[in-house]
Amino acid sequence: MRSFANVNPKDLKEATSVLRQKGQAATIVGGGSDALGMVKERLISPDVLVSLKSIRGLDKVTEKGGEVVIGGLITLDALSRDPLIRKNYNVLAEAAGKVGTPQIRNAGTLAGNVCQRPWCWYYRNGFPCFKNGGNTCFSITGENEFHAIFGGGPSFIVHPSDTAPALVALDAKVRIVGPSGERTITAADFFKLPADNPARENVLANDEVLAEIHLPAAKSGARGTYHKEMDREAWTHAVVSVAVVMEMDGQVCRAARVVLGGVAPIPWRLPKVEAMLAGKRITPELAAQAGAAAVEGARPLAKNQYKVPLTQAVVKQTLMALGG
Amino acid sequence: MKKISRRRFVEGTSAGIVAVAAIPAVEAQQKQTAAVPTSPGVPRTTIKITVNGVDRRVEVEDRWTLVELLRDHLQLTGTKIGCDRGECGVCTVLVDGTPLYSCSQLAVWMNGRSIQTVEGLAKNGKLDPLQEAFIEHDAPQCGYCTSGQLMIAKALLMKNAHPTRDEVRTAMTGNLCRCSNYNHYVEAVMAAGGTTPATGGGNAA
Repeated sequence: MRSFANVNPKDLKEATSVLRQKGQAATIVGGGSDALGMVKERLISPDVLVSLKSIRGLDKVTEKGGEVVIGGLITLDALSRDPLIRKNYNVLAEAAGKVGTPQIRNAGTLAGNVCQRPWCWYYRNGFPCFKNGGNTCFSITGENEFHAIFGGGPSFIVHPSDTAPALVALDAKVRIVGPSGERTITAADFFKLPADNPARENVLANDEVLAEIHLPAAKSGARGTYHKEMDREAWTHAVVSVAVVMEMDGQVCRAARVVLGGVAPIPWRLPKVEAMLAGKRITPELAAQAGAAAVEGARPLAKNQYKVPLTQAVVKQTLMALGG
Repeated sequence: MKKISRRRFVEGTSAGIVAVAAIPAVEAQQKQTAAVPTSPGVPRTTIKITVNGVDRRVEVEDRWTLVELLRDHLQLTGTKIGCDRGECGVCTVLVDGTPLYSCSQLAVWMNGRSIQTVEGLAKNGKLDPLQEAFIEHDAPQCGYCTSGQLMIAKALLMKNAHPTRDEVRTAMTGNLCRCSNYNHYVEAVMAAGGTTPATGGGNAA
């Protein structure tokens, strides 16, 4: 690998101050898997790696005034096994447990999973696309079987994170810390479509860190699940996934949040489907109607049309499995 | 022509299973300061790590991955480099008992940690029962992924001494075998866990 210096900041203040000082020459590292891969592929050429592993206390799940706060540095493995998360926020535990492989989950962090760069093969192979500082998206006329059917343009990447749709489904907030202060915004506002800035996937500035996730107090009767469809049995990203959270009142769904992964450049929320489910029993007929509504407005490319019926089926079956 | 069985061949060469098993025994169980060559003008850091029970103080280049430190500078070549991108699993080692891809960790991040490699499995010249089971069940074919398979299986058995077939398969998801000898690996791990497989190295998935 090219030469760089590793920095171990003791807190976020020091980390963000190094990030500001070094600008583009610095890269944040959480678990390390993605960042080191990108250095090896020469997609990034940092002089300084700011390793957040040295910051203590940012890997815990704690209850604070009704909210549950998750440190961004918690590993995906620890998150998937956390008793409180499994009990009240199962959709997130399931999503974290379906990322990559055991070794990836042992190293990878929640914040790193949410902030990982896209896995579009043009981007990862160094094509001069929007994500690599260029001004085109090679998938439009190229090999686009894994690309977006919603929200694409000018870039058609899909957001690769399993935990991101779960966080949006849980109405989570993210606490962002920078060198001159902090802000807390909704998970839904954190992710940005390529129409805003095709080079980025979220609102983080170069010197900002996703420090914490805040989950609202669990609602009564709430249950959730994450379904991940892959093009093989294991160890890859979602072709289509769905995170569903329902508040049940006996057999009736009081309210629902339904968010797709793997089909859009951001976690793709389905407000129309959510409205259809509110106040209803989840019958096979309603689930089928919801599946059909889920793919309204889909704009597939030449080679990813299969994602439309797949999304429809995944939504229908997941709603039945959770609420039927 | 003299007939050589694959098992004999594996026992004879056995690069993956018993790789340099003698090294930890030779080394005194005490602090070692390794003087390893580094390139001039490159950021470096001195770290303290425990490798297979031996405390070491070693100056590393910040850019070295853990597997590079192990193989190129500590001469522990039982751990292999395959994809070097955290995808194939052949570089799996245990860090404080947790399996990680050593190609995707920097050596400098290992300060204060305890690392176990395939060389640390055998004790006093005696193979770990898991290694014995790998030989018994013809788990390795070409052998390249074997040290990684051993380490992920070791991590599983330390947490779950008697895993089911599904638990073994799930735990070993992140370790690819290009020879596709997965069923034999599963049988071997189950045998080492004291769970007698239903079939002897069969192909039932």
